[in-house]
Amino acid sequence: MLPITLHPHSSFPVWMFSEATAVCRSSRALPLGLLGLVLLVGALPLHAQESPYIVTYDHYLEEPGSLEVEYFSTFGTQRAGNEFHAFWAEFEYGATAWWTTELYFDGQTTFNDSTLFTGFRWENRFRLLQREHFINPVLYIEYEQTSGADKILKEVEGHDVEADYAVPNAIARQEHDHEIESKLLLSSTFAGWNIAENTIATKNVTGGNPWEFGYAIGASRPLALKASAQRCSFCPENFIAGVEMYGGLGDRYSFGLHNTSHYLAPVIAWNLPSDWTLRLSPGFGLNDNSHRFLLRWGVSREFSGFGAAVSRLFGGRQ
Amino acid sequence: MRLRTFALVLFLLTCGVALAQDRSNPAVKNNSVYTELAKAPKKAATRRNALATDPDAAAAGSKLFSLHCAECHGDMAEGTRKAPSLLADEVQQATPGTLFWLLTNGVARRGMPVWSKLPEAQRWQLVSFIKAMTPASKPADAEQPHSAQR
Repeated sequence: MLPITLHPHSSFPVWMFSEATAVCRSSRALPLGLLGLVLLVGALPLHAQESPYIVTYDHYLEEPGSLEVEYFSTFGTQRAGNEFHAFWAEFEYGATAWWTTELYFDGQTTFNDSTLFTGFRWENRFRLLQREHFINPVLYIEYEQTSGADKILKEVEGHDVEADYAVPNAIARQEHDHEIESKLLLSSTFAGWNIAENTIATKNVTGGNPWEFGYAIGASRPLALKASAQRCSFCPENFIAGVEMYGGLGDRYSFGLHNTSHYLAPVIAWNLPSDWTLRLSPGFGLNDNSHRFLLRWGVSREFSGFGAAVSRLFGGRQ
Repeated sequence: MRLRTFALVLFLLTCGVALAQDRSNPAVKNNSVYTELAKAPKKAATRRNALATDPDAAAAGSKLFSLHCAECHGDMAEGTRKAPSLLADEVQQATPGTLFWLLTNGVARRGMPVWSKLPEAQRWQLVSFIKAMTPASKPADAEQPHSAQR
C-alpha cells in the first residue's frame, strides 16, 4: 500500500489524484493501469536515440507526435538520516518540432520511514532557433507542485544541501511548494560530441521566497560515430557515454557556489534496437553539503505516432 | 487558487494543441515541401559525401532509415501524410550536401526534426542510402499521398 500525499488545498491535481489515491490504496489497480497504458501504446511503432543525461538537457526535442515514457530512480546516501530511493515517471510528448511538453509524477521511499507520492511537474521546452547553429538555445518553463519530501534531485538550486533531505517524511510532507522554474538550455554538437549548459532560475510562488539559481553542464559522445550495417544490441554506436556536473548557485541575496551542493556524475545510455533506452549514472558529491553518492538509473521507450493514434480516437483523419 | 486554475487551463491548452498539431500537419497543406531543399547554402550544397566510397554506407543508412525516418516517410520512402516522398525527383536530384544540410537542420515549422543528434557519419550514411534508392523502386503513385490530400 502506498500512502500518497496530496496538497490539502489543491484543486488541479485532486481531481486527477484523489481517485488514483483511493484505487492505489485499495487494490492492485496501479499495476493494472500501467499494463493498460502499455497495451494502448504497444501497437505503435518505436524508435529511440536518446542522450545519456539525467539532469542536463541538450537542445534536442521529442519528435513531433511521439510519446516517450520514462521511469527513473535515484538512490541517495544520507548522513544524519535515512538513505532514500526517489523515483519519477515522465511522459514526454513532441507537440511540434519546436515544442516538447512533459508531465512528471514524483515519489520516494525513505528507508525506515515511509513511501510517499511527492508531487507533479509540467515542463515545456521551446526551440528558439529553427536551424542548427554552433550554440542552440532552448527555453524551458516548468510548473512544479511538490511537497518538501520530494527527493528526486532533478536539479539542484539555491542552497539545497544534504541536510534538507534528513527531515522525516511526516514533517517534510507538510511543506508544499509551487514553483515556476525556467532554464536556458544551450547546446552544441561538434565532431560527435554534445556539449550542453543549462542555467536554472526558480521562484517558489508561495511564501515570498527569493529567486534561486542553479546550473547543469554535460558532455557526451557515442562510442562509435558510424553505424554498422546490421541491427545489433552491442554495437558501439548504441552506447553514448559522457559526464555531467550540476549544482546550486544560491539565490538573489546570496549568489555563488558556496553553501549549496554540487555533483559530478558519469553517464551512459544504451539505445537498444528494440527501442528501449537504458541509462545509468553514479553521482558523487563534490563538497560536504552534497550527498556522498547518488546512483541513478532509468529506462525509457518511445512511441512514434502517438499523437496520430490519439487524434484518430477523437475522429481525426486516418 | 488562481495559479492552480491557470495551471489547469495551460495543461488543457497543451493537450488541445498537442492533439491538433497532428491534424494540421503542414505536409498535407502544401505540396511545395521540396522547396526547402533550395534553401541550402551553396557551401553546404557542394559538400561531398564523406562516405561516398564506403561500400557499407548505404546498408548502414538503410538501417538508420528504418529506425528514424520510415515512421514519417514510409517504409519504402514513398511518403506518407506526415512527410514527403524521398523518391521524388526533387530529392533524388539534390546534391548529397543539400540532403545532408536538410537532415542536419530539419524544417521545424513543417514538422521535420533536427537530426544533428545523429553523428555526421550516420547522416552521411543516410544520404548514401537515399541517393542509392533507384527510380525503379519508385511506386507509380509515390507522390500521391500529398496530392490526394489537397
